[in-house]
Amino acid sequence: MAVLSKPFRRMSPLRWREARAGYLFVLPWVLSLLLFTLYPLIATGYLSFTDYTVLTSPTWVGLDNYVTMFTNDQSFWTAVNNSAYYALISVPLGLVLSLALALLLNMRATGIGLYRTLFYLPSVVPPVAATLVFVVLFEPVSGLINTFLRTVGMPAPAWFADPNWSKPGLILMSLWGIGASTLIFLAGLQDIPKSLLEAAEIDGAGAWAKFWHVTLPLLSPVILFNLVIGVIYSFQVFTQAMVIGGTTGRPLESMLMLMVLIYRNAFGYFKMGYASAIAVVLMVFVFALTLLIFRLSRRWVFVEGGEQ
Amino acid sequence: MAQVAYDESYPLDHAAQARRVALARWRRRAIALLRHMILILVAVVFALPFYWMLVSSLKPSSLVFSQPLQLFPNPIRWENFYDAATFPGFPFLRFLWNSTFYAGMATIGTVLSCALVGYGFARLRFPGRDILFILTLVTLMIPGVVTLIPTFLLFKTAGLLGSYAPLIAPRFLGDAFFIFMMRQFYLNLPTELADAARVDGASEFRIFWQIILPLVRPALMVVAVFTFLWTWHDFFGPLIYLSDPSQYPLSLGLFAFRAQRVTEWGLTMAGAVLTTLPLIVVFFLAQKSFLEGIKLTGLKG
Repeated sequence: MAVLSKPFRRMSPLRWREARAGYLFVLPWVLSLLLFTLYPLIATGYLSFTDYTVLTSPTWVGLDNYVTMFTNDQSFWTAVNNSAYYALISVPLGLVLSLALALLLNMRATGIGLYRTLFYLPSVVPPVAATLVFVVLFEPVSGLINTFLRTVGMPAPAWFADPNWSKPGLILMSLWGIGASTLIFLAGLQDIPKSLLEAAEIDGAGAWAKFWHVTLPLLSPVILFNLVIGVIYSFQVFTQAMVIGGTTGRPLESMLMLMVLIYRNAFGYFKMGYASAIAVVLMVFVFALTLLIFRLSRRWVFVEGGEQ
Repeated sequence: MAQVAYDESYPLDHAAQARRVALARWRRRAIALLRHMILILVAVVFALPFYWMLVSSLKPSSLVFSQPLQLFPNPIRWENFYDAATFPGFPFLRFLWNSTFYAGMATIGTVLSCALVGYGFARLRFPGRDILFILTLVTLMIPGVVTLIPTFLLFKTAGLLGSYAPLIAPRFLGDAFFIFMMRQFYLNLPTELADAARVDGASEFRIFWQIILPLVRPALMVVAVFTFLWTWHDFFGPLIYLSDPSQYPLSLGLFAFRAQRVTEWGLTMAGAVLTTLPLIVVFFLAQKSFLEGIKLTGLKG
């Protein structure tokens, strides 16, 4: 309070009026921070050290939940594997393909607007509806995709009915949604000054050299942004996995993502303490990964006006 | 052989250069053509799920996976939409209304609160403002799931489970991402107008409401369309807070329908079309705001 009261005392009536208005303007958000962020964060941390089934009050169990999670819950490791598999393949693949698509779109020609609209449109489709459409498309016996694959003489896997192929199916499905990051990349590409590309051309740079030495470095902050957002989101994939595999992660727990496991423990078994512990681990993991990406990014992200 | 005489003369050199220019032009055209061919191929692949959703929604369930596969529905079964809309226990029309209510209320709440809070952060000076703003940015990095369980328990204690209150009320208090976005918009506005009004004795709220808000209408549209879209998509929130099927929004209703009527694929796809179509309409009506928002802030779908 002493820290706060000092500037208050020195304030002129006009400044005080402004400050009072400022507090009133941000008041709703302060309430939200306290009620829906700060309190739940602390409470989740506390609950993760308790046994809590909602019916009785929480009982302190120390590190039991964490010990159980790491040493005695096969499902937890399955979920870690599944989530990591999905995130670590779908995010880089999506980045490369959306960048390629943005490069293709980055030209002056009639009809580009039409492509842009069409590529973004899948992002408008509600995930539950989109997933059900892909369940139909990936149907093993007479789905459209397998019918096509068999017609051209390629192997037709059982996709969402085969534990080895369900995650690749989920990843392919996620690629349908790359339109949003494609448009972000396209905006980044259009921000690259023409003069730089022309200067490189005069110096004798070919198309590949221009891309590698001019376009890519200038685009690297956008790549970093898409990478971080992609990782944070894909580790929290829930709806798609739930629509395909339900709370058990069919087939054979291959769709059991960390979020599904948390949901199952919290709202299926009412193990609120244990679910909180998994949530804490998920958060720490996503934080650590984000930090790692930022650390490594110093080596490849180009900062305008920086050393490089 | 007469050409030998022109061997080192200007016209021949000129012809060679013309050939080179023509070649370069053809190369450019060939590359452009190739690009368009790839883009058209990608476009077809992207459009295919839309086509298949529509086609399957017009087939009787027995023909969705028929052998050989029907690429076009025959007969066309429009009744699927009627049947889905009135299915006993799964009233899709009711779901449609619920989704509209949920997304509409969430949009009103988010636009109002973020316009207000963003203005406070951008244009008013008060002690603690910068720390508060940094905290706001930090919350962007926190996965929603870590606050989920206590928030659920909070609403349970308040006796609000089974209602839309837990889904809508928090939206009226703001959203970190859109507050951040609105703040950037306000910062780019000139200050003269507001200063003049302040000298004339207008209250801060009046300045905000009558002078500033009309200037940031495009930004408010971006907040509105994305909040509407994402709330319409929301599956997790309704799954946790709602229990009576008559309250379900479309996403959850569609999920529940498919869980119980596993073989009704024709009707399920009709339900998927009903769930998707309103958003496609909104998208085409507000396409400008969508594209603006993606470009400005790197919004993901």
